[in-house]
Amino acid sequence: MSTIKIPPVLRPSTGGEREVSAAGADVGEVLRALAEQHPATQSQLFGEDGALNRYVNVYLNDEDVRVLDGLDTAVKDDDTLVILPAMAGGA
Amino acid sequence: MAEGLQNRPCGGRYGDIVAAIGNTPLVELKRLSPKPGVRIYAKLESYNPTGSVKDRVARGLIEDAEARGAIAPGQTILEPTSGNTGISLAMICQRKGYPLKVVMPDNVTEERTQLLTMYGAEIVYSPGAQGSNGAVALALELAESDSSFYMPYQYGNEANPNAHYNGTAVEILEELDEVSAFVAGLGTGGTLMGNGRRFKEHDPDTVVVAAEPMQGELVQGLRSLDDGFIPPIIDLALIDRKIFVSNRDAVVWTKRVLAEEGLFLGVSTGAIAAIAVRIAGELDEGNVVFVAPDDGWKYLSSGVYSKPIEQLEAEGVLDSASFW
Repeated sequence: MSTIKIPPVLRPSTGGEREVSAAGADVGEVLRALAEQHPATQSQLFGEDGALNRYVNVYLNDEDVRVLDGLDTAVKDDDTLVILPAMAGGA
Repeated sequence: MAEGLQNRPCGGRYGDIVAAIGNTPLVELKRLSPKPGVRIYAKLESYNPTGSVKDRVARGLIEDAEARGAIAPGQTILEPTSGNTGISLAMICQRKGYPLKVVMPDNVTEERTQLLTMYGAEIVYSPGAQGSNGAVALALELAESDSSFYMPYQYGNEANPNAHYNGTAVEILEELDEVSAFVAGLGTGGTLMGNGRRFKEHDPDTVVVAAEPMQGELVQGLRSLDDGFIPPIIDLALIDRKIFVSNRDAVVWTKRVLAEEGLFLGVSTGAIAAIAVRIAGELDEGNVVFVAPDDGWKYLSSGVYSKPIEQLEAEGVLDSASFW
């Protein structure tokens, strides 16, 4: 099982849970397992085409999966997925 | 020419302070390099006139607008900023005769407010809990409600990356023949895009790495994911790695860079240095270059340089302050 860290903005959809465990061999599988456990996250995480929503950044441990292999990025059992909303910054 | 000048090249001679932007030093960090064959260099952008990399961007934004005839002295400029862009714009606008209004989150350090006021800018505060997203949203609202403002909009203006494409990266390539990896912070995306594009043109194998702040609890003010924001100038295809750094690690590395290399740099530089050292550890040889956006003066009041990390943690500084 991988651990998924839930950002404050998504916690209303996970019953307040800050961390959820889910199984899967790649990022897409793990996130779909999360959406099965907490259906309210489905429409926030994924678009109708099944792709990650534009403003959702998913990190495998600390690396953004969008510049790795996206939803196909392989996940190991002890990995942590971190979901964060896309934010602006200075640099 | 005086004999015996040891620190050539000197910084140059300029007609005014705006022209003196750029040409910052590239300094090797020998103690932080994990391998003899890998050299780590920091481009010290604190050497710019107002002390940050944003002098390049602000000059680019204003001079681009002037060249297009979009602004003339007297025109009020409006811009969202987490601080440094505002400070740079304030200095440049004052020199060139443009009134300036900046929109900035209300949880930035006091120094930033003082610097902006010192250069004559008017400040409008946005809710700190919404981070820079809140500043962008409020500035867009203000611009929409009053068409007399000119908003350069660094997040969506190619003059921002171009300041790096035609400046920072060219300066680095004048000093180094080869750049194996380039690391910069990700905010507007200007530093990454402009430098990344130039380096990839020079050598397609250059690895472009984004270090981004793990905004953590700071983003609690976001009401929904629809409040998310991706700067329009960012092209993810140019980025090979994108890695987040917690405020804690950023502070730890800021202290480490100070202790081991004697460099008094801003907290975002700590985060960027952490990633540069990590990338250096994955290489066998080559140059790793990172941009150090500013130095530590503007963050002194946060206590990060004087207090131990445990105390900063206990006081909640790491969760509440905005360092980027």
